Amino acid sequence: MGPRLDGSTMTDHGITGGVHSAPFQAWLAPVARRAEAVVLPLMALLVGFAVFSLFLVVQGKSPAEFFGLVYKAGFGTAFSWQNTLSRTAPLLFAALCVALPARLGLVVIGGEGAIVLGGLTAGVLGVALAGLPAALALPVMVAGAAVIGGLWIGTVGALRYFRGVNETIASLLMAYIAIALMNHLVEGPFRDPASLNKPSTAPLTDALRVGDIPGWDVHWGLLVGVVACVFSWALIDRTTWGFAARIAGGNVGAAQVQGLPVGRLILGFTALGGAFAGLAGFFEVTAVHGSANASLASGYGYTGILIAFLARHNPLAIIPVAILLAGFEASSGLVQRRMDLPDATTLVLQGIVFVAILISDTFYGRFRIFAPERWSKP
Amino acid sequence: MTPELPEGAIGVETLHMTMRFGGFTALDDVSIRIAPGSFHALLGENGAGKSTLVKCMMGFYHATAGEMLVAGREARVPDPRAAHGLGLGMVYQHFTLVPSLTAAENLVISRPDAPRIIDWRAERAALDAFMARMPFQVPLDQPVRALAAGEKQKLEILKQLYLGRRFLILDEPTSVLTPSEADEVLGHVRALCEAGEITVLMITHKFREVTAFADEVSVLRRGRLVGAGRVADLSHSDMAAMMMGDAAIAEPAPRTGTAGGIVLSLSQARARDRSGLKDIAIDALQVRAGEIVGIAGISGNGQMELMEILTGQRPLESGAITVKGTPYTASRAEARERAVRYLPEEPLHNACAPRMSVAENIGFRSFDLNGSGTRFWLSGREMRKLAADLVASFKVKTASLDAPIAALSGGNVQRAVLARELTGDVDVLVISNPCFGLDVSAVSEIRARIMAARNAGAGVLLMSEDLDEILELSDRVLVMSEGRIVHETTAAASDPATLGRHMGGHA
Repeated sequence: MGPRLDGSTMTDHGITGGVHSAPFQAWLAPVARRAEAVVLPLMALLVGFAVFSLFLVVQGKSPAEFFGLVYKAGFGTAFSWQNTLSRTAPLLFAALCVALPARLGLVVIGGEGAIVLGGLTAGVLGVALAGLPAALALPVMVAGAAVIGGLWIGTVGALRYFRGVNETIASLLMAYIAIALMNHLVEGPFRDPASLNKPSTAPLTDALRVGDIPGWDVHWGLLVGVVACVFSWALIDRTTWGFAARIAGGNVGAAQVQGLPVGRLILGFTALGGAFAGLAGFFEVTAVHGSANASLASGYGYTGILIAFLARHNPLAIIPVAILLAGFEASSGLVQRRMDLPDATTLVLQGIVFVAILISDTFYGRFRIFAPERWSKP
Repeated sequence: MTPELPEGAIGVETLHMTMRFGGFTALDDVSIRIAPGSFHALLGENGAGKSTLVKCMMGFYHATAGEMLVAGREARVPDPRAAHGLGLGMVYQHFTLVPSLTAAENLVISRPDAPRIIDWRAERAALDAFMARMPFQVPLDQPVRALAAGEKQKLEILKQLYLGRRFLILDEPTSVLTPSEADEVLGHVRALCEAGEITVLMITHKFREVTAFADEVSVLRRGRLVGAGRVADLSHSDMAAMMMGDAAIAEPAPRTGTAGGIVLSLSQARARDRSGLKDIAIDALQVRAGEIVGIAGISGNGQMELMEILTGQRPLESGAITVKGTPYTASRAEARERAVRYLPEEPLHNACAPRMSVAENIGFRSFDLNGSGTRFWLSGREMRKLAADLVASFKVKTASLDAPIAALSGGNVQRAVLARELTGDVDVLVISNPCFGLDVSAVSEIRARIMAARNAGAGVLLMSEDLDEILELSDRVLVMSEGRIVHETTAAASDPATLGRHMGGHA
C-alpha cells in the first residue's frame, strides 16, 4: 500500500562495506557512547535540584543551607556515613527489583510489597525457629524471605506473560495487598502480646539478629546488597541469559523469532528481582528492627524506583545512586529540625528528580556528540 | 477565501501530478479526470502510488509538481483543512470514530464549528432532519463500539456527507468488511453518486468491486498512470494486465540444481488472524529442498499471520508444522538443529533490537553457542570477531561495530540480518518482503543471496507483495487471499494477469 512510499522510504548508497572510522575515534567513540547514560541522568539530577531550590526559595528557605545540611548529615562525618550506608542496604535491593525486570522492558514498581512480605517471613520464621542454632535458622529465614519475595513479583511477571496484565499496575496493587496482609498478620495471628503500642511479631533472639560488618558500624545487608548488584550486573552483562533478556527487552518480537524462551526469561527476572526485595525485608527485620512490624513499609520500595531509573537500570550504577539517595534520607531529620521543613520535603525532592529523569528519557539519541556514527555528517 | 462551490457533486482533476521523496519518484506525471457524480476506481498494486496521489489531493503531501482542479477551478491545497473547505473528504481504511461515543456524538464533535456548549436537543433535531434526507441510516444512540463494521463504515460515509463534503476519497473502504457488508455499503455509495450528491474516488484492488460499482477506472503502476477507461469496456483480465504491466522480469540470478525432498510443510493449519475475526486456513503447503516457493498476495491477506505461525509467535488452533518430517514448534533448539532461518519483513522492527549494537545484533543467533556446545558466559571478544568478519563479507556499511543498529540505513540493516541468518548451514529459509524500501543495488544483491541459499540446497518460502520479485525468484508460485492459498502454479507457467485476478480474490 501507499504508506510504504512515504518519506520513510529507505535509500542506501553504500556499496563498499566494512567499518569506517578515523583512528582518533577509536578510543573517543566508546567513551562518547557510554557518556550519554551518565551525562543525561546527571543533568536531570541537576535540573531536579534547581527546581527543588526554587521550591525552597518560594518558601523563604535557603537552598544553600539545605544542601549544606544534606552534606553534613549524609556525608560529612563518619557517623553520618554510617547512617547513610545503613539506609543504603535496602535501597540497593529495592532498586534491583525495578532494574532487573526493566531490562526485559517491564516497569515493576511494587517492590515494596516483596520487601514487606520478605520481612514478615523472616520475622515469623525467626520466632518459629528460635530453638534452632543460628547456623540452621538464618539460612532458612534468608531462603524464606527470598522465595516469598520472588513468588510475589514472579506472579506479576506471570500475569504479564500469560494474561497480558499490565505489570506496573499489578505490582503496585499487589504491594497494597502485601502491606494489608502484613498488618493483618502482625496485628492478629503473629502478634506478640508484649508489643503494645506497635503491634509486632515477637522479638528475635540475639542469635538470630544480623550484626555489623566487622570494623564498620553498618550491618551485613550493605555488603550483601553490593554483592547482589555486582551479581546482577554480571548476569545481565556477561551471561547468555542476560543477553537473551536484553534482546527480549530490546524487541520481544525479534527474541521470539530467534526462538528465545521469552516467558521463562520474564518469570526468571521478575522472580529474581522479587527475591532481592525479599532480602531487603530480611535485613530490615534481622539487622534493624528485630521484629516484623509496620516499619517494614517505610517506602524503600518506592525510593528504589527512583534509584533504578537514575541508574538507567544498570546494577553497578545503582550502588552510587543508592548511596546518594540514602544520604538525602539520612539527612531529613536534621533538615526538619534546623530548617523547620516538614518530613515530606524529601519526598518532594524525590518527586521532582523523578519527573526530571522521566523527561530526560526523551532526550536519548538527540545529541550528536554521543553518537560517533553521526560525527562526520553535517 | 473558500470559493463558492456549486451544489451537489463536484468534479476533480489532477494535472501532471508528480511527487518525489528524495531521489525516489512515487508519483510521476499523473493526470486523472474524475467527472462530477461519477464513481471512479483507482487500481494498483501495493506501492503503486495510489495513497500518495490521494494524500497529495487531500493536502497531506505537497506535490513536487502538477496541479489540481476542483469544480473546474485551480485549487491550492496546503493542508487537509483547505481540502475540506473545498468539499473534499476522505474515508480511511480504518475507522476514525470514537468507539465510546454514540453515532450522534461522533457526528456533532466532528464538525469544526461544534460549539463549546452543545445544545443536544437542537443538534438532535438537526441530525434527525439530516438522516431523513439520507438514503441509508445508522442507529444514532448506540455507542459506536456496539456497531458492526459495516455500520461503522456507513457512519464514516454519513459523517463526510454531514460535514458537507461532496467529493469523497475512499481508501480501501471494504478491507475490514465482510463481502455482504461491502456490497451494501458500496451500493449506497453508488446510489448517492447516481443521485448527483457526491463524486467518489475509491482506492481498491478488488476487481469485483470495480466491475460492480465503478463507472470509470484509472490504474497506477510504479507511480505512473498506465491505464484508464470506462469499466464497462474492460474485463478483469484487461485490468489485471494494466495493474501488473508486462511484468518485465529482471534477469534472475543463475539457478542451479533441482528440488529435493520436502523440508517444510504445513498441514490443515488453522489460526486466528490479527483482528481475531477471520481465519487463517492453510490446508497444505510444502517446500522442498533446493526450491523457492513464492507466496504472492496483497498485504493483509494473511501473510503476516503465516510468518507468525512459522516463527512460533502465533499459536495454531489445529494442524501442524513439520520440518524435515518431524513436528516443529519453532523453539531455539529445534530451529538450530534443523537449520531453520527467518528473514522477517522490516528487519529493523522484526529481527533486531534497534538500540543494541551492530555486533550484538549480528550475535543474536550464535551468542549462546560455543563450538558445537552451548555457553553460559558471554564472549564479547568472539561476538565482535564474528561481527567484524560478517560485516566485511556481507559489505555492511557501518561507522562502528558498537553503533546502534538503528543508525544504519535500511539496506545495511538488511545486510546485517542476512549475514546473521545466512551464515552456516541453512536448510529452511522463511522470508517476508526482503527488499521492501531498498534501492536497486541492494535489491539485486539481496535477491542473489536468496538464490544462492536455494542453489546450496535450502528450501525457501518467500512471501512478497512484489509480484515481480516472486516471479523473478520462485520455482513455484502460490497465491494467498483471505487467509487461504487460492492458486498454485509453476513460475514458468505463471501469467501475471491470472495471478493478479487470484490476488484480487476473483478467479
